[in-house]
Parts: sequence; structure tokens; C-alpha cells
Amino acid sequence: MLLKKLKTSKLLISLAVLSILFTVSTSVLASTEAAAGSVEAASAHAWWFWPLILFVLSFVLGVFAVLAGVGGGVLYVPIVSGFLPFHLDFVRGAGLIVALAGALAAGPGLLRKGMADLRLAIPMALIASACAIIGAMIGLALPTNIIQTLLGATILGIVVIMIKAKKSEFPDVPKSDSLSQALRITGVYHEPTINKDVAWKVHRTPMALGLFVVIGIMAGMFGLGAGWANVPVLNLLMGAPIKISVATSKFLLSITDTSAAWIYLNNGAVLPLMVAPSVVGIMLGSFIGVKVLAVTKPAIIRIMVIVVLGIAGLKALFKGLGIG
Amino acid sequence: MALQATEEQVLYANILNKGMLIGLLGLVITFIIYSTGILKPIIPLEEVQNYWVMPVNDYLHMSGIKTGWAWLGHLGKGDMLNLLPIAFLSLLTIVCYLAILPGFIRKKDTAYVLLAVAEVLVLVLAASGILKSGGH
Repeated sequence: MLLKKLKTSKLLISLAVLSILFTVSTSVLASTEAAAGSVEAASAHAWWFWPLILFVLSFVLGVFAVLAGVGGGVLYVPIVSGFLPFHLDFVRGAGLIVALAGALAAGPGLLRKGMADLRLAIPMALIASACAIIGAMIGLALPTNIIQTLLGATILGIVVIMIKAKKSEFPDVPKSDSLSQALRITGVYHEPTINKDVAWKVHRTPMALGLFVVIGIMAGMFGLGAGWANVPVLNLLMGAPIKISVATSKFLLSITDTSAAWIYLNNGAVLPLMVAPSVVGIMLGSFIGVKVLAVTKPAIIRIMVIVVLGIAGLKALFKGLGIG
Repeated sequence: MALQATEEQVLYANILNKGMLIGLLGLVITFIIYSTGILKPIIPLEEVQNYWVMPVNDYLHMSGIKTGWAWLGHLGKGDMLNLLPIAFLSLLTIVCYLAILPGFIRKKDTAYVLLAVAEVLVLVLAASGILKSGGH
């Protein structure tokens, strides 16, 4: 009886929290979109108005990112650039710092637990970070409408990946490839769900390194975190267990985004008035998200996030193509 | 094969953890200094919203802000001071790589020595300010 009451109250709390978050986020988006119609409208507000909106929106994105199991950066760039008056250049700069801060915060815990694997991350990070520099330079050099169109197409691609991509808890790797053998990319971790130590190895390393060229360029070009691409490559292609893949991907972002962030910072595309509220907002949101995660159903949130991301992707695409 | 995190992983994690906390705290403190006007910014707070709607090259042209590490020469200005913790956070990975490098050298792990050195060079190149974007 007591257990039933507890479950009901947990459900009610989670529904209340989600309703508040959804109402806040939709009203923020609706009001900001109306106000973001012109430069004149933007400059009509007190200086703190847009940073405050950015803080609230980043907080909501932080909560939803945790619940949906995605990185904050991938939500931040399309939603902020789609619905707020900031130019895409500054949104990408802030998006990279947001993704970088999140990855740096998660990194120590994941490394200490042995979930993020340094030997797996280092070769991939070298390729991705070098290519992120190229991506960032291309991104800052191309006309905004082209970047906006490509961003829209990429976001829609991410939506498809989020819907279709499968995960493999313990992929079957019959034989590790010669490169991963030479680099000794292998390990053992404790899996509490089956109370066993799981030994893992990887294969198809050269192909994965090739894909990290593309991932790095896209991360730098669009200012997105690249967890949506890292995880499938590490898990489905290379055959690392899903937990190792997710943790190593998060750690990898701290290196990939560092190189791209420097290009944006050195080219003037990082505005402190956007970065500080965004980083603090998304981090506080992630903290609350972890608490809410315990009392809610992530599947419903994931569907909501996919829908919002789809709308933001279409909006970016139409904006880039000059439609609507 | 090791069940626990390797020596390098723990060292990397410890540096990252301390650096992250310092960087985040610095970001909040310098933002308070900037937003409360304790140190006057180069671009007045009320005018920033006129700049963030334009492409970065127009912003640089109209504001007169210099690219690269020029901000370091204006740390007495609130907005430029706020870039300091952002740069600090972006430097952390280089520090972590330099810290784990001796471990790889000691173990004669040549492949990872080369990979770590290459990564440091890539990140130093990115941070150097040499690489300029062509602009929109």
C-alpha cells in the first residue's frame, strides 16, 4: 500500500516537473521567436533580457538532454540559433564551449571508473581534433545560409540516427584488427547488471579512424558535440561495449571540442555574455535532469526531444534555403 | 588487461577535475565582475545585443575587437576578463596530455608517446591564433 502510494506520488512529481519544464520551454520559444523577428526588436530589451532567456532555455535543454540521453551541444545549436536572435557564428562558438564544459565535467568520473578508455580515445581524438580545426575554419568561412542549410540537413540526419540507431550491449568481436592489437586497445570493466567482469576488444579500427575525419569536420563546422556519431562508431562499428562507447565518446568530446573551440575563440566568435549563462544553465539543468531521471520515463522525453530537434532542423533548413 | 583505471587515466582525471572546478568557478566570478560593471567592458553591455545578430566578421569590423590572443592585453575590461576562464578550460586538455606523456615514455609505449605529442601539437596549433578563418 505504502509502496503504491510512493509510486503514485513519484509519478505525480515527475509529471508536474515535466509539465513545468515543457510550459517554460514552449513559452520561452514562443516569446523569443516573436521578439527575435528583427534587430530592432532585439535591441529594444534591457541588456540582461536575452542572456536571461538563454540561461532559462539552456537550463531546460540541460534537463531534457540528460533525460533523452543526448549531449547538450546537439540540442543547443539548432534550438538557440533557430529561435533566438543570436547569429549562428556566436551560437556555434557558445555551443562548442557548452559541449566542452559538459565533457570536461563528466571526464574525471568516467576515467576514474575505467569506463572512458584512454587507449581507445587517444587515436580517435587525434584524428577528430585535427579535423575539427578544418571544420571550424570551413564553418567560419562559408556563407551563413550555406552553413544554416547544412546544419538543418545534419540535424535531420541526427534525428534519423536517433530514431533508427540500435545499441549493442556487448558486441561480438571475433578477432581484433592488427592496428588495435598494435595499439593494445583492449580492456576489462565490471558490469554490475550481470555482476561480471567483461573483457572487450575492438575491430575495424582503420575504418573508424576514417569516419572520425568526417565526425571531426562536422563537430567543428556546426559547433555540435559529436556524441550522436561517436557512440555508433565506437559501439556498432568497432564493437566496444555500449557503456565503454558512451563514456569514451563523452571524454573524446573534451578533446575534439577543445581544438574547434580555440578556432572560434581566436576568431572572435565567442561572446562571454552568451557563454556564461549557457554553460551555467545547461550544467544546472543536467544536475536537475539526473534527479528527474530517477522518477520519470525517459522514452517519452526522448520522443519529445526528437520532435523538437526535428522542428529545429527543418527551421534551420528552411532558413538556410530562404523559405518561409 | 586491467580491471581498474590505468595510472595515466587517474592522473588525467585528477588534473581535469581540479582544472574544471577552477575554470567553472572562474567563469562565474568573472561573469559577475563583467555583468555588474565592476570592470567596464570594451563593448558596453547595452550594446552587445546590436552585435550578436551579425556575422562574426561584421562584429569584429564594427567593434574594433582584435582576433587571436589580443584580448589578453585587455584583462582590465570586464568582457575580455570573462574570456580568461574560457581559455583556461580550453587549455586543460593540453595540460592533461603533457602530464601523462612521461608515463608513456617511462613504459616505452612509443606509439602513444607519438600520438600524445601529435595531439599536443594539434591543440597548440589551434590555440596559437595562427589559423585565421577567411570570413563569410
